Amino acid sequence: MDRFRMIFQYFQSNSESVMNGICGLLTLASIKMYTCIEFSCPCLPQYNMAYGLGIMFVPPIALFLCGLILNRQSLVMLEEWSRPQGRRKKDLAVIRYLCSSIMQRAMVAPAAWIIVTLLDGKCLICAFSGSMDPENFVDFASASPVQVQQLLAKVPCKDEELMRNNTSHKAVSSYLRCWSQALGWSILLILIIAAFLARWLRPCFNQAALMQARHWSNYIDIEQKIFEETCCEHSRLFAHKCILHFFESMRQEIKLHSFSLPRQGKGTEGEEDLLRGITDQDQVNKLLKTWYYEKPPL
Amino acid sequence: MDKFRMIFQFLQSNQESFMNGICGIMALASTQIYSAFDFNCPCLPRYNLAYGLGILLVPPFILFLLGFVLNNNISMLAEEWRRPRGQRRKDPAVLRYMFCSMAQRAMIAPVVWVSVTLLDGKCITCAFCTSVPVETLGNASHPGLSQGDIKRVLARIPCKEIYDGQELIANEVAVRYLRCISQALGWCFVLLMTMLAFLVRSLRPCFTQAAFLKSRYWSHYIDIERKLFDETCTEHARSFAKVCIQQFFESMSTDLVAAHCHLPRKDPEDAGEATEKLLGITDWDTMNTALKSWHRCKPALNLHPPALPTGNGWAGEGQPPVHPPVPQKEMAAYYSWV
Repeated sequence: MDRFRMIFQYFQSNSESVMNGICGLLTLASIKMYTCIEFSCPCLPQYNMAYGLGIMFVPPIALFLCGLILNRQSLVMLEEWSRPQGRRKKDLAVIRYLCSSIMQRAMVAPAAWIIVTLLDGKCLICAFSGSMDPENFVDFASASPVQVQQLLAKVPCKDEELMRNNTSHKAVSSYLRCWSQALGWSILLILIIAAFLARWLRPCFNQAALMQARHWSNYIDIEQKIFEETCCEHSRLFAHKCILHFFESMRQEIKLHSFSLPRQGKGTEGEEDLLRGITDQDQVNKLLKTWYYEKPPL
Repeated sequence: MDKFRMIFQFLQSNQESFMNGICGIMALASTQIYSAFDFNCPCLPRYNLAYGLGILLVPPFILFLLGFVLNNNISMLAEEWRRPRGQRRKDPAVLRYMFCSMAQRAMIAPVVWVSVTLLDGKCITCAFCTSVPVETLGNASHPGLSQGDIKRVLARIPCKEIYDGQELIANEVAVRYLRCISQALGWCFVLLMTMLAFLVRSLRPCFTQAAFLKSRYWSHYIDIERKLFDETCTEHARSFAKVCIQQFFESMSTDLVAAHCHLPRKDPEDAGEATEKLLGITDWDTMNTALKSWHRCKPALNLHPPALPTGNGWAGEGQPPVHPPVPQKEMAAYYSWV
């Protein structure tokens, strides 16, 4: 519990940390989604490639867009980009910095999906089993071309009666899975090396400009947050004054129209203030009706 | 429990965060409901389509309406829309902003339900199993089966235990085909919705930012004003009730004194707050009378009658007051000591 609270507070403390947290959650969600959704290759010649490649590339696009939507900084960047110049210069370096940091964070979840897909291997087996060269596999070399296509397309589906004891099917499957995993690990290695180089070499190029851009992008973010909080505070005070003014005007109206003097009781001074001169059922009803029919002007 | 309270506090701190929280909870609830729901395809030619499409489309509609119901801003929107103009102008931009933001949040749970349903595949398999292309996937030339019979056999595809058309078309082939189509539809739907959301979110700052800031400020203002008004009314009602009840007890004790012509015995050493709080009611009969009269004849909702409080149990409604209260007490004291 304490640990959870500490982690929560750490993430809340910094807007960048919040963004990193969301990015991490989205990555975990993408992995969970991959494991939950039952992959079922159609095992038909025309459909395999479309299905396999579709499952590999369409969800990453959706995850990328989700990453952009959920990132608060993307709104900040768009506002900064589209605002009229006014009295404040626009600094393109800041906008570029924001854009690159948003893109980097949004790319993590799609990359995780693609790597998990490749390491698992099912998508590639489904997509490319029909493109294998039948000459290399004993059982397929002897069949007619049409039959070969059908048989190769059925390789990803292990529950077919024909395929159960077929060693060539296992060979095709293993071959494709090996390629798929090699590709997956290579992509992972390349991405990690790229990230490492980017982080390592960045201070060598233009560190001062980078620090400036980072500072001002944080500033824009904080400025917007504080503006929103101030607006909330302001509307609360505005509403408070408006309502007090309304009750006062009601009290004046009642004083004008009725002739009874309020009784001055000893113990009820504090209560009288809270009652604001409205002391019977009809007056309260009138107050509520006026509030609905004629709200005070702003 | 503590974790729940902390999350609750974080969400409460900001009204929009709270709405986002409710929206997220509903999305999770819709996935949970789907996984808990026991899907049971009827496996009959005419019923499959109705059942499958019903499960696909009716719960999202219900979730959409529920999203509106759970959003407490809906009553605020209705109130602002229907109120008479009075002294305050009505701004249609504010109403549009409130409606759009509520509709966007209410759409998330239905979209999640439809996506999960399509990606799982059972609904589409059930609904469209009779439309499987038997010519390409199976043996269309299977003898002795009329169109109706073929449809009946195909309708049993989702129910593996009773499927008897293995020669016509293999069960696994048909199920894989339908599930593949269902998942393709599902991912296309997810992509479409995400792209739509992205376009809406990213194009807005480029076009109407100033108007948007204005509408957002005034919609927050209306919400805060309503809450503060309710708080002020509650405070007022509390004070009203307190004074009303105090007056009731005072009038009770005055009436009792007037009716029985004796003061409750005052113990000289027993002065102080406790005695004051008893308000002159110090025995079983008197308390019962007070309680009975509170039930039978509640006082009028009027804290400042001309002189005496009206409408308590003894004096009855509408009796014209005769003496101001202070002299009456003195008179009672005079009578008792005589």
